[in-house]
Amino acid sequence: MTFNSLLTITTAAVITLSNLGTASAQKLNVVATTPDLAALAQAIGGTTVNIKVLAKPTEDPHFVDAKPSHIVTLNRAHVLIEGGAELELGWMPPLLESARNSKIAAGAPGRIVASQGIRMLEIPTSFDRSKGDVHSMGNPHFLLDPVNVKIIAGHIADHFARVDPKSAVLYQANLRTFNATLDTKLAEWQRQLAPYKGAKIVTYHKDFPYLAERFGLQVVETLEPKPGIAPSPAHLAKVIGTMKAAKAYVILVQPYQNRKTAETVARQTGALVLDMPQQPGAAKNTATYFALMDHIVTSLAGAFQRKPMP
Amino acid sequence: MKAVRPAAIAIAVIMLSGMRVDAQQPADSMARQQRQLDSLAALIRDLQGRMDSSARTPATVDQSVVPSQARAGGAYMNIGFVSISDFGWSSERDVGSLQLGDHDPKVRGFTIPNAELTFDGAVDPYFRGAASLVFKIDEEGESGFELEEVYVLTTSLPRNLQIKAGQFFTEFGRQNPQHPHSWAFVDQPLILNRMFGPDGFRGQGARLSWLVPTSWYTEAMVTALNSGGETLFSFRTEESSEINGGVPVERDVRGGTDLVVVPRIATSFDPTSTQSVLLGVSAAFGPNNSGPDARSQVYGADLYWRWKPAAAQQGFPFISMQAEALYRRYEAGERESVDDPSVTLPAETFGDRGAYAQLLWGIRPRIVAGLRGEMASGDDAAFESALRADRTRISPNVTWYPTEFSKLRLQYNYDDRQGIGTDHSVWLQFEFLLGAHASHKF
Repeated sequence: MTFNSLLTITTAAVITLSNLGTASAQKLNVVATTPDLAALAQAIGGTTVNIKVLAKPTEDPHFVDAKPSHIVTLNRAHVLIEGGAELELGWMPPLLESARNSKIAAGAPGRIVASQGIRMLEIPTSFDRSKGDVHSMGNPHFLLDPVNVKIIAGHIADHFARVDPKSAVLYQANLRTFNATLDTKLAEWQRQLAPYKGAKIVTYHKDFPYLAERFGLQVVETLEPKPGIAPSPAHLAKVIGTMKAAKAYVILVQPYQNRKTAETVARQTGALVLDMPQQPGAAKNTATYFALMDHIVTSLAGAFQRKPMP
Repeated sequence: MKAVRPAAIAIAVIMLSGMRVDAQQPADSMARQQRQLDSLAALIRDLQGRMDSSARTPATVDQSVVPSQARAGGAYMNIGFVSISDFGWSSERDVGSLQLGDHDPKVRGFTIPNAELTFDGAVDPYFRGAASLVFKIDEEGESGFELEEVYVLTTSLPRNLQIKAGQFFTEFGRQNPQHPHSWAFVDQPLILNRMFGPDGFRGQGARLSWLVPTSWYTEAMVTALNSGGETLFSFRTEESSEINGGVPVERDVRGGTDLVVVPRIATSFDPTSTQSVLLGVSAAFGPNNSGPDARSQVYGADLYWRWKPAAAQQGFPFISMQAEALYRRYEAGERESVDDPSVTLPAETFGDRGAYAQLLWGIRPRIVAGLRGEMASGDDAAFESALRADRTRISPNVTWYPTEFSKLRLQYNYDDRQGIGTDHSVWLQFEFLLGAHASHKF
């Protein structure tokens, strides 16, 4: 085949296919990077939005494959909701570059950065990777604080209304319902955990500080010596010592983290390893944000109630 | 912030006390007032929540203006630096004849084949810009520099189109556009070296890409670039005698057909939620300098498959397979032999072909085992060239990534070259990365 005939075929294909792709969908196409953001978008958007999630509930949100199918998803998005604060820095930029969608460009009404307006914890005073993979904008795992969720839900409703003004009233109504439920639920969760104020916990990664702060828990150690750095025997020995001294009997582990490491520590401290998903859908019956938080609060309360093993 | 809270509560109390609850009123009115009370209570809780969150925010920091990529590069540009060092030994004394890639280990002992400065960022709302500058030390200990890439990329063209222009790695196949630090092996695949030369296929030109509006990923692209220079190895390169055995002829650019044109189409689908497949076909057409009207055509097919389970820690475990096959049809003109000026080589057309396949297994976080098999061969022609002789290579390796910013790789190469025999090499590669970390492409 000569080059000229190849060019002709390509051109013809381009013209035919580009006419096929212009039919627009009725619903608002919303893409969320993580399932927790998707759950909020669903609560605000209801049936007028069509939601797709890039990260799986059981996947480490820092390390998502930038697979080409995500490019297509992003190319068709009217709205993109990302966690921000560098959570998706390792995989989003090339996807966005290939998606060539100005509706979700930085600063566009279709781009929602959840971290905006959140008071971030653990903002480093200096950028130094000898301290591990520290996020320069602070800890990005902020959705476990319901107060933050309220702020994000407000942003989502606001952006949805700007992108899709005809349903603005609906989004506002959904937001009010969501906030009302959240208020009731937050009070409930706080009541449930009130007896355990000051309870000491250990986590695998630095991924529960917002939950701890909201509900008055104390994270005494992480199994990782530094964020993103694999646990070393020396560090684990130190963790075991700290746990015994501090009487910390609960270790929180997310579905993608190394449970075996946590179990080893638990055996030596009499602690309980608690599977603690942060993403809706990672455990059974946790499809919504409320269901997830119910699950988290109930299992935490259950774990604190239990007597430590001898 | 602290002062706002009592004020808000005071206002709410005034509003509440302003509503007289009259026991004589009908029930529906009572219910309405109850709703008003409920909504006011909700409003107070909402205000309380907002204040809780904002009270913890330092008043001087407006989070909304903090750029999302504020790492070492500052707000307007990401700056990164990546260095690769090799150390090892080979049974071949002239390591350079075995390891032909420009970023391969070059000698027994130590080599620093690639120290790369990268810059990228948004130019304005319409363009992104990127550059990579490579410094290296050759086998004689001389420092070298190359402007490896510098290009702009459009960000807001209509109809899913995108233009890249400048100097860049040509999008031919899978590995060619990748920078050495994202390779899974210490060295350049043999067939890419034979088709595209030690530095890979790159040059000055422009690429038009179209994301086809199908429900699965399909991208069609075409690149046009200058046909001259050492990185246009199958085309008008000064090193063409390695391919055609002749002395290069002077050949000017006369028209559009003297540019190299590279069409490519790539498509991808996910067979299951944990697997992805990416397939591509590419071609390159352009003039070569074995004669005034001589031309070359290179064709390639590539495949990438990747599996990662639903629950993966730091991206591990995973299994991936990558394979590429290339074929070059070279139309050589009548030319003076480079070995003997009295000999004129006849006009002839010959083919070169080769393939590699590599399997990677991310065993557990930060540990990857790899195995690569390669072969390359060329049709008989009126001249002899080491770069066209049959060759196979098998390379197992293991890579440890202490973090995303460093890696240590140990690789063994079993090499079999026609007419020369077998060689064994062991290479240890160390890489470190400073500043902005380029995101992982698929």
